Amino acid sequence: MSAVPGTFEIAYKVPRRRHPVLAFAVQQPLGAAGLAIIVLMLAAAALAKWVSPYDPLAVDYGGILAPPSWQHVLGTDNFGRDVFSRIIFGSQTALSVGFLSSLGGCTLGAIIGVASAYFGGKTDMIVQRFMDVILAFPIIVLALAVVGLMGKNVVFGIDWNLIIAIGLPMVPRVARVVRSSALAVREMPYIDAARTAGFSHARIIFRHIVPNVVAPYLIMLTASVGQAILLEASLSFLGLGVTEPTPAWGLMLSGSAIDFYQQAPWMIVFPGVAISLAVFAFNLFGDSLRDWLDPRIKI
Amino acid sequence: MLRYIVHRILLMIPTLFGVAILVFGMLRLMGGDPVEVMMRGDGGNVSQAVIEQERVRLGLDRPIYVQFGKWLGGMATGDFGVSMWTGKPVSQEIASRLQLSLQVAVMATVLAVLIAIPLGTLSALYKDTWIDQVIRVISIGGLAVPSFWLGMIIILVLLSYFHWHPPITFTPFLENPRENLAQLIWPALAVGYRYSAVATRMMRSTLLEVLQEDYIRTARAKGVYERLVVVRHALSNAMLPVVTVIGLEFAFLIGGLVVTEQVFNLNGIGKLFVQAVARSDFTMIQSLVLLIAAFFILINFAIDLMYAWLDPRIRYR
Repeated sequence: MSAVPGTFEIAYKVPRRRHPVLAFAVQQPLGAAGLAIIVLMLAAAALAKWVSPYDPLAVDYGGILAPPSWQHVLGTDNFGRDVFSRIIFGSQTALSVGFLSSLGGCTLGAIIGVASAYFGGKTDMIVQRFMDVILAFPIIVLALAVVGLMGKNVVFGIDWNLIIAIGLPMVPRVARVVRSSALAVREMPYIDAARTAGFSHARIIFRHIVPNVVAPYLIMLTASVGQAILLEASLSFLGLGVTEPTPAWGLMLSGSAIDFYQQAPWMIVFPGVAISLAVFAFNLFGDSLRDWLDPRIKI
Repeated sequence: MLRYIVHRILLMIPTLFGVAILVFGMLRLMGGDPVEVMMRGDGGNVSQAVIEQERVRLGLDRPIYVQFGKWLGGMATGDFGVSMWTGKPVSQEIASRLQLSLQVAVMATVLAVLIAIPLGTLSALYKDTWIDQVIRVISIGGLAVPSFWLGMIIILVLLSYFHWHPPITFTPFLENPRENLAQLIWPALAVGYRYSAVATRMMRSTLLEVLQEDYIRTARAKGVYERLVVVRHALSNAMLPVVTVIGLEFAFLIGGLVVTEQVFNLNGIGKLFVQAVARSDFTMIQSLVLLIAAFFILINFAIDLMYAWLDPRIRYR
């Protein structure tokens, strides 16, 4: 250290090249913890058949409302079904509904956002007013209305109308965020250059604008999965989402669970812990992903 | 200012009109048949003629635009129509439940603000200490815990340790304020937790930002008491985004209310709405959705107006 008066040293560290996942884990430990929980849940969902000790649908009237023990880690419900196994299988429902609805809702939102920003003018104005209309509905009211109106439409064991109901409220929210990012990109000189070169709208949008709005899209997507899981649980709890006998966390809390408050509190406590933990993990991961990719984006 | 207010109110009309068209169109094009649900829902054997007759009575046989026109025209004179399920006027059904839901919503908001402002301030002032860590974990948890489950846990705890069970009948505030508050404080807490969590996070981050400002340093350099610096200089400037978030989160508050009312067995707007959806009660659904949307838009408008009051630099034209 040479201490020459009036000068100062610039501490320059050559950044070490790390694997991106490792770099994320080091810089965002909380986000990494969220990611770890998500990976764990994905594994549980994928390997549910082998991981869960019991069949989630197997009814055992000899062992109803059994408290947690070595045999039934989280106890049994009023049909003698193993709560732990039902929670593991419930992760399949939560994750599939969460991912599919977020993917659909956020992708549609991103397309609308980019198109609205790129074409601007009247198109933008009309699209934005339409988005305002959807935004005027509180989320659960919109989802409930869609579920109530469209009924069920089960293909491959998944209720696609439920996916639409959960994904739809995301569309205007994502569209707004992506639009503001795309508006900034639109003013860049390279877009003008592409236009001057006579490229088609489609090429400019997909080659020049879309790559620049991937960050907000990904951030909104992860944040949405948590919200989608929460919404699915609420709808199932109300009896308007996933229906019996499919194991779903919200469904485990609905109906008769209320009658067993005192007899079997484990029936109420553990499914709620599962919901909270899942949403918590996606929120942590989404938050950290934002800090890491682009801290200016407001979710 | 007046021009701005009038302009905003006029802008609300097309949005609400869009909401009306959307909900009405969706109901008529995709919705089930309320008459079928009502008469055959429980497997009852009802002849087609009776069903047709009922349809005519409810006006469901008329073209969609006629039905829509009738509904809009009715609303202009304050007549929301009659419930297709109970046969009572929709406005009467809503009015009898509005007090309860509104009270829980207001209590939840007050609770959230009362919790969020001190917690957020503490968290920012003691940044990166254990106080901050604890508060942050509490507030991140608030975003993840479903309000209806929190309500169940609250009941579970009250039941196990205090042998208190949520009463079956609702006591209006004017009748017995103590009883009423004791009944509604728990649902308000269950719904308000998420609310306070969001506001706490916002409070913390804006206060941290504001504390970096030059005028804070100037105030400290002048020798102003630290408490005065925080309250007078920092807090008053950090309130703006917090107020915004409270407005935006109102959508979640209503959502939480819809589900939490079931848990606490409260006969409010949320329960009415869930019932209406389950019964395909068209007139009830469309009126409730429009009402909630209007309320939501008005809240956000009120918040915009509050900005001007909180921050005198903002002038609306």
